[in-house]
Amino acid sequence: MATLTLDNVRKSFGATDVIHGVDIDVQDGEFIVIVGPSGCGKSTLLRMVAGLEGITSGEIRIDEKRVNEAEPMERNIAMVFQNYALYPHMSVFDNMAYGLKIAKTPKDEIAARVAVAAKLLQLEPYLQRKPRELSGGQRQRVAMGRAIVRKPAVFLFDEPLSNLDAKLRVQMRLEIKQLQRELGVTSLYVTHDQVEAMTLADRMIVMNAGVADQIGKPLEVYENPQTEFVAGFIGSPATNFMPAGSIGVNVGKTVGIRPEHIKLTDSPTRLQARVAYCEALGAETLVHLRLPHGQLITVRQGGHLPLPSEGTDLWLGWDDAAMMVFGEDGKRI
Amino acid sequence: MEKRVIFKGWMLPALLLLPQIVITAIFFFYPAGQAIWQSMFVPDPFGLKTQFVGLGNFEYLLGDPYYRASFVTTAIFSGLVTVVSMGVALYLAILADRLIKGSGTYRTLLIWPYAVAPAVAGVLWMFMFNTRVGVVAWYLGLLGYDWNHVLNEAEAMGLVVVASSWGRISYNFLFFLAGLQAIPRSVIEAAAIDGAKFWTRFRTIVWPLLSPTTFFLLVVNVVYAFFETFGVIHTITAGGPQQATTILVYKVYSDGFVGQDLGSSAAQSVILLVLVGLLTVIQFKFIERRVHY
Amino acid sequence: MSEQRGMVEKRGLGHWLTHLGLIIGVLFIFFPIWLAFVASTVTQPEIVRPPMPLLPGDQFFENYSKALLSGVNAPVAMMMLNSLIMALGITIGKIVISLTSAFAIVYFRFPGRTVFFWLIFLTLMLPVEVRIVPTYEVIANFGMLNSYSGLIFPLIASATATFLFRQFFLTVPDELTEAARVDGASPMQFFWHILLPMSRTNIAALFVILFIYGWNQYLWPLLITTDPSMNTIVMGIRQMFPSGDDLADWPVIMATSILAMVPPVIVVISMQKLFIRGLVDSEK
Repeated sequence: MATLTLDNVRKSFGATDVIHGVDIDVQDGEFIVIVGPSGCGKSTLLRMVAGLEGITSGEIRIDEKRVNEAEPMERNIAMVFQNYALYPHMSVFDNMAYGLKIAKTPKDEIAARVAVAAKLLQLEPYLQRKPRELSGGQRQRVAMGRAIVRKPAVFLFDEPLSNLDAKLRVQMRLEIKQLQRELGVTSLYVTHDQVEAMTLADRMIVMNAGVADQIGKPLEVYENPQTEFVAGFIGSPATNFMPAGSIGVNVGKTVGIRPEHIKLTDSPTRLQARVAYCEALGAETLVHLRLPHGQLITVRQGGHLPLPSEGTDLWLGWDDAAMMVFGEDGKRI
Repeated sequence: MEKRVIFKGWMLPALLLLPQIVITAIFFFYPAGQAIWQSMFVPDPFGLKTQFVGLGNFEYLLGDPYYRASFVTTAIFSGLVTVVSMGVALYLAILADRLIKGSGTYRTLLIWPYAVAPAVAGVLWMFMFNTRVGVVAWYLGLLGYDWNHVLNEAEAMGLVVVASSWGRISYNFLFFLAGLQAIPRSVIEAAAIDGAKFWTRFRTIVWPLLSPTTFFLLVVNVVYAFFETFGVIHTITAGGPQQATTILVYKVYSDGFVGQDLGSSAAQSVILLVLVGLLTVIQFKFIERRVHY
Repeated sequence: MSEQRGMVEKRGLGHWLTHLGLIIGVLFIFFPIWLAFVASTVTQPEIVRPPMPLLPGDQFFENYSKALLSGVNAPVAMMMLNSLIMALGITIGKIVISLTSAFAIVYFRFPGRTVFFWLIFLTLMLPVEVRIVPTYEVIANFGMLNSYSGLIFPLIASATATFLFRQFFLTVPDELTEAARVDGASPMQFFWHILLPMSRTNIAALFVILFIYGWNQYLWPLLITTDPSMNTIVMGIRQMFPSGDDLADWPVIMATSILAMVPPVIVVISMQKLFIRGLVDSEK
């Protein structure tokens, strides 16, 4: 069990900065998810923690011990890779045992530890199979098993679910969460999928262009985004953004309103818009409306409400509290 | 293309490279350098000293009618070998590709002469056409044709071309068949539905789609004809009659080892080296293109 | 896939003509070898009085045992052993040095790495035939004439295999290397435990190609093995022909020719898949 600290960590390739000074404090046993669009530097950050990428400046500490120069193995971490990175020629047992063998762990202890992990992951029937004989979900479990048997201080996950189909992804998400709770290992998890981030994280970090825009509990981040980017990235369908002036707000540059905070009425409220099309999803309905100057606005309402017909003019209304105002620099005002 | 993950240190990679570096330096770069160096000297008549002549050996070679004849011989020989071996192979590959079943069996039957050494192929063909005991030569005699490749230059050339092409058919067949089988069936069927007959389909669809394979084989076969046919020529004709089958590689050997004219042989090596270089560049240009295909 | 081939053409006359064409091709390929085999099973007088028979005779054991045990200049069994040692030496030597140097070039960054790569790459361009005279001198100076090392080393000095392994290593996912590092594997442990086992199909394919290449060498053994006991079988056949007008011992020579092609042909046929893969790989 361990804490993990990133202290003003930076990374540059030549003159290009990819990570612009990230600070994170991960508590013992905490599940932290780093979420962001591709190319935001989240994987690089994870790989720096793993020791697979060098650190240009700043410091990474595991259990308050500086590990900047340590080899991956010496950092006492385990990593689950996006493509599982299972050794294709080794059996499931050997894949899980490889790190222990390198560390010259006694044979009976290896067998015992693999057995425990296999039981935990329901992999017992497959121990002698090769990775290519397993399904995607099973391979994913082997990759997890390989991490578990090492009894690491920190788990690192690099988009581990992105290669699975949607249904399996949901199932494995639950399994990962459960497993992490059970083992209580400090975890750092990278994903571009905000649903994964919201459901898995104790705290999540939203990254944008090499900067950690916001760190906080998932619901806090959702309800109270600190930047325009976070407001737009977290939440689906995405937040509606309108120029502040166009809706009579005198401060800031942009106003964001989440789709569920807008109410549609026949009687005049704030803005008039024409229904472009509706997506009825059952439990909820997404109504897309076009403002007079052409911008599309999405409104989410309960599925029980009557479906507005396309082409009708409706009024959009919202509470003042629903407005998120952002300044020129994209920061929340 | 580069690896993302790199191991640290330079001692280990240096050790790992050492065997190849040492062997390449001693048995490749040193001799190749020697060849270039020697190409600029001639030995004195007593063989005691050598005299620097700069590009003199090259000048002499280019003016030497025998060497120029050898160039022409090489061009004719490699042209014929390439055309014959590729032509027969393409014909057989087209036939095998038409089969619903059994193309694998024919492939097995056709590819293994690849394993027969050119020198052994030379002996086999020399035996068939041997003027004393050759069974083919004998039957040709019955037909009233007096076969004698020991004296007749055209017959000698014909024989080394056939013997060199024979083993090569396997190789070309394999690549042509793979190339043909890689052409999507749907494209050909679409053309058939459009009413194109076999020959039209071949000319307008198959042949253009096969052209990367064809071009690749063209280069590879020319290289083969240049260098790897030494064994065929040495066993069948030894370059004769009257140097009619002395290709460039054979001349490097005969001038260097039989004639002991090291300077000239070295200069010939250098010229060959340039030729191979050109062929390699063409080949790589082509491979690059194929990668972008 | 194969079930659908030929859907376009109807079965009928064309189908049989296709088979006919292929059978003619197969016969053309087989005929010289058949004749050699027949010649290796008959007596000398049957050959020298043309036309020789076209069906095998009863001298199989006599001719082959004569070839194997006494030959003309040296017993063919000895020449086959020499060929085997040379072919295996070239094959194993080339694979070993190529594996290690490709590993160094792909997985490390060190000063001069690019230079080394291009130096090795240059050797792709020059077959041994082009540098025979100076290479012969090197071997002579080392006292390596009539030796296995003299037969083997100059033919190892080429980068085809290095290049091939480099290409393959570049396709091995980076994540595997990273996983190995996280597992605590040292570079050499990664090489032994992961890279080598993953390369075994490529190694096997290359083995087939290089074995044939080594076994079929002609010019180089011709130059440096003057001692008949060091002759390889492929070059030894030519040495069996008498100089001048004497009559060649055809049955023995043809038996030797057959013996010279048996090992590589067995390798090709029994490992056809690997052989095809090796060919395609090494020409890419």
